[in-house]
Amino acid sequence: MRENVVIRTVCRLFVPFIQLFALYVIVHGASGPGGGFQGGVIFATSFILLLIAFGLPCVRGRFGRSWIRAYAACGIIIFAGVGLTCILFSGNFLEYAAIETALGIPHLQTLMIDIVEAGIGITVMAVMTSIILDFVGKEEEEPL
Amino acid sequence: MFRRLNRSALVAVIFIGIILIWAAEDMPAYGDPKAPANEYAAQMYIDRTPGDIGIDNIVTAILASYRGFDTLGEVVVILTAGISVLLLMRRGEGQ
Repeated sequence: MRENVVIRTVCRLFVPFIQLFALYVIVHGASGPGGGFQGGVIFATSFILLLIAFGLPCVRGRFGRSWIRAYAACGIIIFAGVGLTCILFSGNFLEYAAIETALGIPHLQTLMIDIVEAGIGITVMAVMTSIILDFVGKEEEEPL
Repeated sequence: MFRRLNRSALVAVIFIGIILIWAAEDMPAYGDPKAPANEYAAQMYIDRTPGDIGIDNIVTAILASYRGFDTLGEVVVILTAGISVLLLMRRGEGQ
């Protein structure tokens, strides 16, 4: 890839803001438009931007294959773990109200929904990044 | 051969199109509050979300709480798609 200082500098500046916006969208899911799916995709966009500006080895170095796999599984484990915790407090699967009444803390459901949204976001982010990196990696292996 | 295939495809498309337009006549008007889809569940979600869950976003309340199990399935579908791409794209590696 040809060196281009402007593109690389602008991308380096933009990536943290994109990631911050993604976290905002995920956390903001309970009180406004947003949620785990949207935030996860926005987070994956920051890796795609890095991929365009700095190439595959840079992204692979920052976010390796084993980490991607771990994150993809981690999100579902968080989601299912919250659901199973509700069973521990003698509720149904994913019945957040059971924990709220058992512990007596008000507005605990909002926190549980935020944790669930974070789990969704982690899985979506990891899977989107994984798909893009796999396609690009295949392309570089066997140039058409 | 090509022309005959084209003509039969055109006939099939027109036939199915007429059926669809005919069926669309019976659909409720867009945004009709009296439509069956808007009458029962939607009003229940709007009425009960502040008391049941206590968050402002009704869409998130339905997504994460009322239909949480459905959303868990959706996330598993996304993970499955990722695993499928991973397996297809890395076929033959390490051999």
